[in-house]
Amino acid sequence: MDTFVQQLINGLTIGSIYALIALGYTMVYGILRLINFAHGDIYMVGAYAGYLLAIYLGFDANPSIFGFIVVLLGAMLVAALIGMAIERFAYRPVRKFSRMTTLITAIGMSLFIEYLFVFIFSGTPRSFPQLLQNDNYTIFGNATISTSQILIFAVSILLMVALQYIIFRTKIGKAMRAVSFNLNSAKLMGVNTDFVIAFTFALGSALAAAGGVLTAQYNPKIEPLMGIITGLKAFVAAVLGGIGNIPGAVLGGLLIGAAETLVVGYGSYIGIPSTYRDAVAFAILILVLLIRPAGLLGTNVQEKV
Amino acid sequence: MSSWLKSLIIGIVVIALLYVLNGMMSKGGFFGAGIDDYTARLLVFIAINIILATSLNLINGFTGQFSIGHAGFMAVGAYSSAYFTVNYGKQLESAFSFLGETGASSIILIIAIVIGAIVAAIAGAIVGIPSLRLKGDYLAIVTLGFAEIIRIVILNIDAVGGATGYQVPGYANFLWIGIFAVITIVVVHNIVKSDAGRALVSIREDELAAEAMGVNTTRYKVTSFVISSAFAGIAGVLFAHYNKFLSTNDFQFIKSFEIIIMIVLGGMGSMTGAVVGAIVVTLLPELLRQLPAIQVGASTFQFSDLRLVIFALILIFTMILRPQGIFGTAEIGNIYRRFRNKLGKPGGLE
Amino acid sequence: MLTLENVSVNYDAIEALTDISLTVSQGEVVTLIGANGAGKTTTLRTITGLLEPRNGRITYEGKEISGMATHRLVPMGIAMSPEGRGVFANLSVRENLDMGAYIRKDKKGISDDMERAFTLFPRLKEREKQKAGTLSGGEQQMLAMGRAMMSRPRLLLLDEPSLGLAPLLVHTIFEAIDNIRSEGTTILLVEQNANAALHHSDRAYVLETGRIVMEGDSKQLAADPRVKEAYLGE
Repeated sequence: MDTFVQQLINGLTIGSIYALIALGYTMVYGILRLINFAHGDIYMVGAYAGYLLAIYLGFDANPSIFGFIVVLLGAMLVAALIGMAIERFAYRPVRKFSRMTTLITAIGMSLFIEYLFVFIFSGTPRSFPQLLQNDNYTIFGNATISTSQILIFAVSILLMVALQYIIFRTKIGKAMRAVSFNLNSAKLMGVNTDFVIAFTFALGSALAAAGGVLTAQYNPKIEPLMGIITGLKAFVAAVLGGIGNIPGAVLGGLLIGAAETLVVGYGSYIGIPSTYRDAVAFAILILVLLIRPAGLLGTNVQEKV
Repeated sequence: MSSWLKSLIIGIVVIALLYVLNGMMSKGGFFGAGIDDYTARLLVFIAINIILATSLNLINGFTGQFSIGHAGFMAVGAYSSAYFTVNYGKQLESAFSFLGETGASSIILIIAIVIGAIVAAIAGAIVGIPSLRLKGDYLAIVTLGFAEIIRIVILNIDAVGGATGYQVPGYANFLWIGIFAVITIVVVHNIVKSDAGRALVSIREDELAAEAMGVNTTRYKVTSFVISSAFAGIAGVLFAHYNKFLSTNDFQFIKSFEIIIMIVLGGMGSMTGAVVGAIVVTLLPELLRQLPAIQVGASTFQFSDLRLVIFALILIFTMILRPQGIFGTAEIGNIYRRFRNKLGKPGGLE
Repeated sequence: MLTLENVSVNYDAIEALTDISLTVSQGEVVTLIGANGAGKTTTLRTITGLLEPRNGRITYEGKEISGMATHRLVPMGIAMSPEGRGVFANLSVRENLDMGAYIRKDKKGISDDMERAFTLFPRLKEREKQKAGTLSGGEQQMLAMGRAMMSRPRLLLLDEPSLGLAPLLVHTIFEAIDNIRSEGTTILLVEQNANAALHHSDRAYVLETGRIVMEGDSKQLAADPRVKEAYLGE
């Protein structure tokens, strides 16, 4: 039985991944009020993009930190482009229609990506190459933390800080926030809203892809449907934190990751078998939506009659 | 001819047709004419999907509440009824043996359906009452969440098979499945055409205004949700007892999405649309399977492998090009009347 | 400065504007009056590119701008205070004003203009750090107008600035309009409050169910018996 600290480390590791993906959900919802169901699949696309890049550039035979960085950035770039393409060709034409229509388009896009990847790569999992040596370090007495876990924490924090900077200290970030408050008014301020929306998709997709590559280092098995459950949980994380709220997405991700791991680790003491792991996120979702739909950090915007 | 008599005649014809088809599906065929197993299975699934699509349309299309957890209620109906028949079926068979084998099976099936419908309805109430306070996207996600929890809970109940699956006695046949498909259509149609139906549509159009006009929106929303769930449960019972095997993999949210696709393609808010949508979505993957393979370079691509990709693309393009679906909110009756009017023949009010 | 020639706009099958022609010359205050639903807001939304005209031409400072994307009009010198104010509710008053200067890069100029906005609307200075969503209707209107001025527009479009405001605030708003005009900005004002609008403008157009039915000098229109009966309640 792992110690509490060990559970926490593991939980926060997976939580960081949820956080990275959740950021994409929350940003897109913030500016378009759209739940991008296909976003979880971008996480999978990122993993595969990294996988292909690693093999094509030969880093699987010569692992190095340089290789890892190239693969990570490459996957992020590919995902950003794909995310922008999805927005431009599938979501923009239906923006003017009802919310249900856009939601269904997003569902369709998610299915399309999943089935396309099953078609191309078949359902059998692939093994993501080990790009960095994986060592285990002992900390806090008898808890261990592996290199890939440290990597996840480090890269996640780096990316989140970068995102924070972009959103709160740059002009495009200002524009993103304005668009999220009032699209038409933002246009009247001179903001090129189509560009801002595309940029938001690019950012979110890049983060999800980073999550995919980092996860693949931690757990090398990748398969086309890996984005479904992870994506859904990341979405729950975004809702938990307050959808549209950026620090909320991070908080939500870490909390879900921790909760999940702790329930699996200690749940048997209170009668919850570990096979209920996936249900934890959904149970949290329901509790949040019924008790406090605005989420932990979200502000409840009252609908004006 | 009075409309009551018309309905009766149509009812008899339909049941006779179902009876004949059912006979053709059995081993000896219907006086020699038979339907192969593959086609039979297809027809059965069309009927089951009609039940699912029509019932979902009641809550999504007519009441405008976006629920994407329908598979959860199907699962509840399937597993609850299966538990009953697995554990009490044999006893009931002996008890009703005086009715003959088909008679006894039918009775047991009816009981199973009642059980499944009631349990699913209760589940619908449990999910619906707290959730229907939410709107739009939030309602969609919460129903999805509930459906997933239902599935995971069932997965963990060893008494109904757990991860290995559950063997179920085969009390259902096409006749009964078809009859219940017809019953579903008739019931939902009657609801929609009634005063209650207009209240539901008013909730869809503008809930605030409906409330202001005295419509108890909460009561209507929950009731239509519960009815819709009950029918999903019935579909689950029929599926379980035809397929003779249950696995929670059949009830993942992809199944809920499938039903959504049916009503969206057909046109939410149209009964005809739901039926047509169910037929199209059931047949399309199978039709695509029939297409020949194409050669690209050294690899051969089977269309059948691409069929799900094409399926998803059809959904996306429908949303972009014709978001209201094939029928929009029109019904076959309206279209027929308008067509007759265009031809200058008397055909009803215009 | 601004010309609309035979502009028609549809909302799906419904024709909202039919054959609208109007001009606004530099330095003028022109007002568009009419009943609810006459098409006044539609006109402004078409000029600013939020709606696309089915027919006709819109020209600004000699260049055709019909159907041009909204954000490209702002650097050209057009700004609008929209119907319903459209303030950024979760941002503070100051941040809203700052957002109005989005296209500008001159820090000193922006800061000067912000001071000017506070001078124009002292109430805003008091609530400088407050979130815009918590302001009263009148204050939000002041904010919307101040924000529109932050891009240093040459043409300012005002959509129903007095809507829903108490008479005292209406007076303040129109005083501000006079101030803005005296500083050289051209104004196209859309108003339901015909009385105030006609008293604070040079020329006027009367819009009825999507068509221009009358036009002319504001003072003359104010004295016109038809206008008096239909719009001035006399």
